[in-house]
Amino acid sequence: MHDANWEPRVVAFFCNWCTYTAADLAGVSRLKYAPNVRIVRLMCSGRVDPQFILAALEGGADGVLIGGCHPGDCHYAEGNMKTLRRFQMLKRVLAGFGLEEPRVRLEWISAAEGEKVRCVINEMVEQLRPLGPLAWRGRFAGEEETAAHAAPAPEPEAAHV
Amino acid sequence: MSKPKIALYWCAACGGCDEAVVDLAEGVLGVLDAVDIAFWPVAMDFKKGDVAALPDQALLATLLNGAIRTSEQEEMARLLRRKSRYLVAYGACACQGGVPGLANQFSREHLLRFVYDEAPTLGGVAKVRPRLESRDEGHSLELPRLYNAVHALDEVVEVDYYLPGCPPTPKLTQAALQALLTGNLPPRGAVLAPDIALCDECPRKATKPQDLSFAQFKRPHETLIDPEKCLLAQGLVCCGPATRGGCEAQCISGNMPCTGCFGPTSRVRDQGAKLLSSLCANVAGKDEPGINRTLDGIPDPVGTFYRYALPASILRRSECSAATPEIPPP
Amino acid sequence: MKTNGTNGDIRIGFYICHCGHNIEGIVDCAAVARDIAKLPGVAVSRDYKYMCSEPGQELIQGDISEHALNRVVVASCSPLLHEHTFRDAVEAGGLNRYFFQMVNIREHDSWVHTDRTAATAKAIALARAAVRRVRFHRPLETVRVPIHPDVLVVGGGITGIHAALTLANGGKKVFLVEREPSIGGHMAKFDKTFPTLDCAACILTPKMSAVRAHKNIKLWTNSEIVKVEGYVGNYTVTVKRKPRYVNEELCVGCQECIAACVFKEPKFPDEFNVGLGRRKPIYIPFPQAVPQVVLIDRERCLHFKTGKCKKTCVEACADRHAIDFTQKEELVQVKVGNIIVATGFKLFDAKRIPQYGYGRYPNVVTSIELERLVTSSGPTGGEVLLRDGTPPKSVAFILCVGSRDFKTNRWCSRTCCMHSMKLAQLVREHTDAEVTVFYLDIRAPGKGCEEFYDKSLKDGIRFVRGRVAEVTDWALREEEEGRLVIRAEDTLAGVVRRIPVDMIVLAVGMEPQADAQDVRRLFNMSCGTEGWFLEKHPKLAPVSTFTDGVFIAGCCQGPKDIPDSIAQAGAAAAEAMALIDRGYIEQEPNTAYIDEADCSGCKSCIPLCPYTAIAFDDATGKATINATLCKGCGTCVAACPSGSIRQHLFEDEEIFSEIEGVLTDA
Repeated sequence: MHDANWEPRVVAFFCNWCTYTAADLAGVSRLKYAPNVRIVRLMCSGRVDPQFILAALEGGADGVLIGGCHPGDCHYAEGNMKTLRRFQMLKRVLAGFGLEEPRVRLEWISAAEGEKVRCVINEMVEQLRPLGPLAWRGRFAGEEETAAHAAPAPEPEAAHV
Repeated sequence: MSKPKIALYWCAACGGCDEAVVDLAEGVLGVLDAVDIAFWPVAMDFKKGDVAALPDQALLATLLNGAIRTSEQEEMARLLRRKSRYLVAYGACACQGGVPGLANQFSREHLLRFVYDEAPTLGGVAKVRPRLESRDEGHSLELPRLYNAVHALDEVVEVDYYLPGCPPTPKLTQAALQALLTGNLPPRGAVLAPDIALCDECPRKATKPQDLSFAQFKRPHETLIDPEKCLLAQGLVCCGPATRGGCEAQCISGNMPCTGCFGPTSRVRDQGAKLLSSLCANVAGKDEPGINRTLDGIPDPVGTFYRYALPASILRRSECSAATPEIPPP
Repeated sequence: MKTNGTNGDIRIGFYICHCGHNIEGIVDCAAVARDIAKLPGVAVSRDYKYMCSEPGQELIQGDISEHALNRVVVASCSPLLHEHTFRDAVEAGGLNRYFFQMVNIREHDSWVHTDRTAATAKAIALARAAVRRVRFHRPLETVRVPIHPDVLVVGGGITGIHAALTLANGGKKVFLVEREPSIGGHMAKFDKTFPTLDCAACILTPKMSAVRAHKNIKLWTNSEIVKVEGYVGNYTVTVKRKPRYVNEELCVGCQECIAACVFKEPKFPDEFNVGLGRRKPIYIPFPQAVPQVVLIDRERCLHFKTGKCKKTCVEACADRHAIDFTQKEELVQVKVGNIIVATGFKLFDAKRIPQYGYGRYPNVVTSIELERLVTSSGPTGGEVLLRDGTPPKSVAFILCVGSRDFKTNRWCSRTCCMHSMKLAQLVREHTDAEVTVFYLDIRAPGKGCEEFYDKSLKDGIRFVRGRVAEVTDWALREEEEGRLVIRAEDTLAGVVRRIPVDMIVLAVGMEPQADAQDVRRLFNMSCGTEGWFLEKHPKLAPVSTFTDGVFIAGCCQGPKDIPDSIAQAGAAAAEAMALIDRGYIEQEPNTAYIDEADCSGCKSCIPLCPYTAIAFDDATGKATINATLCKGCGTCVAACPSGSIRQHLFEDEEIFSEIEGVLTDA
């Protein structure tokens, strides 16, 4: 299956004013958390184009985390609301692509919640471990050579016998 | 002085693109006068061998429509690529996978099982699957291999130009042929349609409000569509804002919303994602239940956002379409 | 030599900072530098101890010249800390300051991970991302937005007063808006202040008068902020002036109307005396109120309630005609460039700790209630009395009521130890009572405060260390009959005690104001988890917020005493003055922009902008963005379905390349 040393890799899109600042606070407070996340800084979670999330997943990420301000607290009034709406639909689309729900997560984290950054990251990494690598490109690589158009595969052995 | 040769070929297609060429009507005669059609299986009797016998690049251009899903289609695409100076991906299927591309939501096994084992129309007939090789009265027969996924043409060969549309309009086809004949071509890789969204030429543009927000989405059969008003303003999902123009908004003139067949502009990587982004940003709800109630009005998100462009999208296909390990026959 | 990097190759200078031991202790900086050196376009790749120092910056500037660099990447601390520093350095080196990208490998890496291999791999991934991204950067100009020179100060307690006076003395025009009918805040209720036992009124009231008299201060009391619009440096603030039913311009504060009121005796609870005193429906908040103007409580006034009143107050004011029952709420708009929020605190509601008996036992009072009792101008004329009018023979103080408590508020309210010891000394001055202070820890950090604690001990005030479990009137022994009994563990003696007393004073803690969340949203500020307004940086920027031109000062930022509040007020005033005198605010040029040729006029973007920066041009049939109004959130950029809106500094190519970069295998 996958390499025993595999570690989930998460790309995080954090908004500058709340989540990125909270991650800084986690650092200043010397909280410790899993090293699996790579943060991309944006001004607002509203800048998170669904194309970015898809590009991250396609590009090798095992999970994507989007961090924004709590509803009502967006530095730009309502950017996070647009993120929330897009995310609700994107979840449905990703389910249609067969991606497990824990792989893409939207979290509201305020500038004072350094501890929450730690918890969310640790929790997400642990939820991704049992799912294994997403390895999107790898899933489909080189298959045309082996795409045999054979007789229908026999029924799998009934489990109950 | 011999006329330039062109070829037209169809892969995983419906035949509509070939119809579109025929639809040039009087224009078709102009085309026939100016070129030699060296290969067009739907209309002419030339064989694959005739194409194979040509020197490389002997064809000025091939207009290839349909997506690539079988080994035969790939083989023909490669052959025509070798034999053509310009390979044009003609129509939505060649450009982006097209409607057949929606098969990428399922595994090959799922599709075969439905079509050959479980379809309601089969009515008790013994389940028979097509076989790659079989023998009949001493003759050996071969079928092309069905791939695990639908591919756009440029996933398989280098494409010089793209003519989008389902099908491309006669006007755009005429213009593309003109350009090929005169050599007055944009840089290779260009899409031969305007690089601006459909709203620019939509006759209903003025009726779209500047503060449109969606409390509800409706599908065309769920409402009486006002023939004058912007379709998005009526709650229908119109893909116009996320789709290239150049089609003269024919669907809108037919009182139906745009479904996105011309694909995205050059500035967008994933048409479905951008359509989702703009529609959802303007949903009225402010909490999860309210938002989801509105989104329930789009019961098939993948089909709605990626109707023509799933194979060309960033993820391209569903996870379940991956090859399952082969179980050797007993 | 200014290079603009548009011609010729991309030449990137990469620098990774050790930050002393902070980064190098966990991240193998040399290994990162070696990895990055191999990437295409990287002309120079170095590691150095302190990049933000002079020599560090000079290293960059030297390389820009010597190696013809046209892009710079620094991997060090958070951009929120030093992006500005490095951009300045790059600019001083002759390169456009936006040809720079910063990588956070301290707050987001070395400080939060323990495994050197993993931390180094992460640093490499982040650095690779930045090196890819910076290639797409383009030269941009910082936008300067002129600042309106006037200032709004919200809150007229000691903090707001001091900030307003400082600014006004500096020649700036100040609007001071206070919700209550008088300025003065909590300090106006104090008798004496610790540790000097200065008379609070004597030090406060001259400042209050100075506010009233200052030609540069426009004082609006009984008023609230209802809307803040506009943008940094140019705010339009809507102030709601609540009706007093007395014309402020005409009233001279003679108070004859109060004497003449049909209510012969004051009978309604008096807010200033925290319910211990009585007032009439027409009243002045307290004798030294500023402005010296009466007001009418329409909930209690006979005229308003029944329409049948002789209106003797109007008669009494016959020559000035100041009373105006028709006065209405008024909305006024002002334009300001800076805002200082000094809205203070509220006290913990002691009823939330029912075992202390507040609200059940009449002789359990809060510290602020006792404050009013000891004040000579208070409801008892300065006499410390029980409810039955007799002086107490023993008084107990319970500290940390609603502070340092997992069940209510976890923070320390910082002032209550000193406040309680002050009140303890005042009680000893005013009565012969025995005073006992029940404490967890005594915190006396300020100047003169430890000495004050010493004096309290020497003066015979008793201190028992232990959190009080309950206050009860169930007597178990004869000496407890008719008195209140405190049950507390005396941790130093190791016994549980029952101590009968006459009066109990609860040292209630400080909390954020009840409407703090609404107020901070008005000004686009953040709050900490505890509800105090959030400063930009706990060490380096305690009075700034994340919004330029909006400052916080005093207890709204966190519990503190008067000297610290005044210090913050001065600090906020200085910050505001620095901005005003400079005359402009620098805006990040991260605005969105539309290429007219690309836009189809689909109008999807227009409703998305909270700053109405996007407009539809009917003539061209396309959307346009006003760069001065655009704040750079990027929501429209993500939304544009044809990819026709772009954002400086956050272009799609830049972000896609960052995503690619962080996913390259180490």
